[in-house]
Amino acid sequence: MSFPLSLNVNGKAVSASVDPRMVLAEFLRTTLGLTGTHIGCDTAQCGACTVHLDGRAVKSCNVLAVQAQGANVLTIEGLAAADGTMHPMQTAFRDCHGLQCGFCTTGMVMSAVDLVARHPGADEKTIREQLEGNLCRCTGYHNIVKAVQQGAAAMGK
Amino acid sequence: MGDIESGFIGKSVKRKEDARFLTGSGQYTDDVTMPNQTYAHFLRSPHAHAKIRGIDTTKAKAAPGVLAVFTGADLEGVNGLPCGWLITSVDGTPMKEPPHHVLAKGKVRYVGDQVALVIAETSNQAKDAAELIDVDYEVLPAVVNCVDALKPGAPQIHDEAPGNKCYTWAIGDKAAVDAAFANAAHVTTLDIVNNRLVPNAIEPRAALASYARADESYTLYVTSQNPHVERLLMTAFVLGLPEHKVRVIAPDVGGGFGSKIYLYAEETAMVWASKRVNRPIKWAADRSEAFLTDAHGRDHVSKAELAMDKDGKFLALRVHTTANMGAYLSTFASCIPTILYATLLAGQYTTPAIYCEVTASFTNTAPVDAYRGAGRPEATYVVERIVHQAGVEMGIAQDEIRRRNFIRTFPYQTPVALQYDIGGYDACLDEAMRIADVAGFAARKAEAARRGKLRGLGYASYIEACGIAPSNIAGALGARAGLFEAGEVRVHPTGSVTVFTGSHSHGQGHETTFAQVVATRLGMSVDNVDVVHGDTGRVLFGMGTYGSRSLSVGGTAIVKALDKIVAKGKKIAAHLLEAAETDIEFKDGKFSVAGTDRSKTFGEIALTAYVPHNYPLDKLEPGLNEMAFYDPTNFTFPAGTHICEVEIDPDTGVVQVASFSACDDFGNIINPMIVEGQVHGGLVQGIGQAMLENCVYDAASGQLLTGSLMDYALPRADDVPSFKVATKVTPCTHNPLGAKGCGEAGAIGAPAALMNAVMDALASKGVKHFDMPASPHRIWQAIQSASA
Repeated sequence: MSFPLSLNVNGKAVSASVDPRMVLAEFLRTTLGLTGTHIGCDTAQCGACTVHLDGRAVKSCNVLAVQAQGANVLTIEGLAAADGTMHPMQTAFRDCHGLQCGFCTTGMVMSAVDLVARHPGADEKTIREQLEGNLCRCTGYHNIVKAVQQGAAAMGK
Repeated sequence: MGDIESGFIGKSVKRKEDARFLTGSGQYTDDVTMPNQTYAHFLRSPHAHAKIRGIDTTKAKAAPGVLAVFTGADLEGVNGLPCGWLITSVDGTPMKEPPHHVLAKGKVRYVGDQVALVIAETSNQAKDAAELIDVDYEVLPAVVNCVDALKPGAPQIHDEAPGNKCYTWAIGDKAAVDAAFANAAHVTTLDIVNNRLVPNAIEPRAALASYARADESYTLYVTSQNPHVERLLMTAFVLGLPEHKVRVIAPDVGGGFGSKIYLYAEETAMVWASKRVNRPIKWAADRSEAFLTDAHGRDHVSKAELAMDKDGKFLALRVHTTANMGAYLSTFASCIPTILYATLLAGQYTTPAIYCEVTASFTNTAPVDAYRGAGRPEATYVVERIVHQAGVEMGIAQDEIRRRNFIRTFPYQTPVALQYDIGGYDACLDEAMRIADVAGFAARKAEAARRGKLRGLGYASYIEACGIAPSNIAGALGARAGLFEAGEVRVHPTGSVTVFTGSHSHGQGHETTFAQVVATRLGMSVDNVDVVHGDTGRVLFGMGTYGSRSLSVGGTAIVKALDKIVAKGKKIAAHLLEAAETDIEFKDGKFSVAGTDRSKTFGEIALTAYVPHNYPLDKLEPGLNEMAFYDPTNFTFPAGTHICEVEIDPDTGVVQVASFSACDDFGNIINPMIVEGQVHGGLVQGIGQAMLENCVYDAASGQLLTGSLMDYALPRADDVPSFKVATKVTPCTHNPLGAKGCGEAGAIGAPAALMNAVMDALASKGVKHFDMPASPHRIWQAIQSASA
């Protein structure tokens, strides 16, 4: 059994026929080939699969693809400008060494962008609390926090 | 080393690899897709210990989309997974090495043991079909604790290992230790458990295996820290395939921490099966499988005794440790609680006599192997916890008891086999105390007390043996492999460079650090140097990345290749400049005739090497491509002091890390930004072990109770503080970079520092010791028990 699905991903209309048990993360990765969205766990704990669904950060492993019917989805592949200029949050992660192996990074950046939109002037404590849903095993979070602070400042400009 | 001292060395160059990771264009194993690929799913044992009376795969084979179902009986001619290190018991017998079948045969020995491989058109079809496999199990009693496994009457896991004992091994002069204890003014004793951990790299293990019938070759994409070792073990020891017909690619790898060193059953079975189904096979573990089947870390039970004279000078250390090997020997399991553990028990101290005896046991748990630090965190934890307790018992301040025993003369031969080449332990202790503001601690403690909170300060002065390893020494200690590294520097005709390294980067930033080394030496931009790693089809050979070895061993191999490039360049320049080769100098990217303004750029020399119209073809081959192997002459010895300050709420047991300060000596540093990042990450893994993480199996059923990220507390951003880090430098004396390694230090120092801080905070409540992790429950319980 499969369902017709139409949605907008990174500004482009896409349509596909999907298995009803397929999650959004798998749809993005397998059907659309957008492998920047990573799957790091099976309990919606790690946040590596974070994307924006209609402007909100969601864990795409915890959303069925069919639930995104008609939605606007933004993945890491769509975050930079069309000419390749990185989003200020991406630049901040690079400048602050807020990434090591890169696996959690794409979800972390998508969460960070959403975090700043919700808490523009967040202090370190708020940033740490708001990043609770994104696990990183490499950086110890120290430089991620710095990157979010720097990215927030750049986004505010 | 002369001209390497300037350029990009010591500069926080932004990472070359970041652009792809930040834009979602990294390529991890599960991102690779091959035409016509199929999907694998492994049926795993739900029991910790059971006989397999029969397996019926009929229904699964007939399920929609299924191409094949394989069980252990199908793997005719396939050997078990090997262990790479032979430990010899004190009685002279070799360790017990029971077979570790790629798919279970006759018995399962831990929850998660792989029983069958299902291959189908889609992942869901493979999973659905696996549920149709009927395995007839006769459930047996299980044992999960490493001490319980050695008791009479414990369930027997392997016929080949009576009493579940793998080995009893010892190091040190027992008689000298016993004599020192007999004359000691004071003896401090501690019983210590080093808690079992699950590595939890955020990228789960994955593999994509394919077979090409045309030339009978195999290609394996796999989440590996050392693809050449993976290929060697898989082809030579397990599958009996020609090594040159197997290409192993470890593309972008999302963290390893040791757990991706090993040859695992999954990819081995998939390579074998790829020929049988003649289609590519993809598998990616889910997190539950990672918890069940990634090699775990630590899991020691120890009794430690420290003998001192009346002034707190250490006379002898005696340690008895039981180590959990899990159900089977993983690739390097046997050397972790022996060679990489007991040899570090001297720490930073002049303790003249040390004896350590280690018994390793099999249990019905996942295999245990190296996890960040691997043996060295366990050693540091023993040493630094007992030194802390000794200071308490002797009434000597924590910095003072360490200073009274520091090694200050180098080289220093420890009583447990290692020879430290250099170090500066006072400098790191002083600096750590400065950045931790130890002077202001009393005031902070008093202020916390006014709020009803308990503050504590804990020290850990750790040492580690890195730069693994001198092959001859490792071989004498039982290693079944060489431990050198290979590097190749390929200069292209237009002068840009591709470097091939046998080291592997899975977060460490080799593509940047190694490029800095090469660009500096050749006098070019970092952008003109690309680093290739993780592909047996492109890189000559390599032992991979673990044990903080990449720069000190892998980087040195590249330096040696660079030496050859420069030497050949000088020959070419001498010809072009009509000068004697001995008069040619190479500096800042130019070959010059000494004392003249006549010179050729590196690019001109490169072009000449590939367009040899005016070239000494009678004496010199064209081309500019050099490779080198480097086998270190000694281990390297990073060391430092970590100081943790905690605040505890005695009413709830909640502990917070108020601050954490680390001063480390990693020798020379190429990229301080990357090094600091490595320290931060290591610290949080160490803090995780001490405060949050604990892998628990149910003693009765052998079920993994902490089998998901909802049950196993991985540190999150709001569990930890920002850090204060500093470095001091005593350059390593035996590699040209003077580098020692930095990847594991945080995880080695942090657990003892944190637990010492907790014990310091709770000293007023009468608490002496309890085991990690210092969860609110355990802290509260310790306070209640001490006051009862």
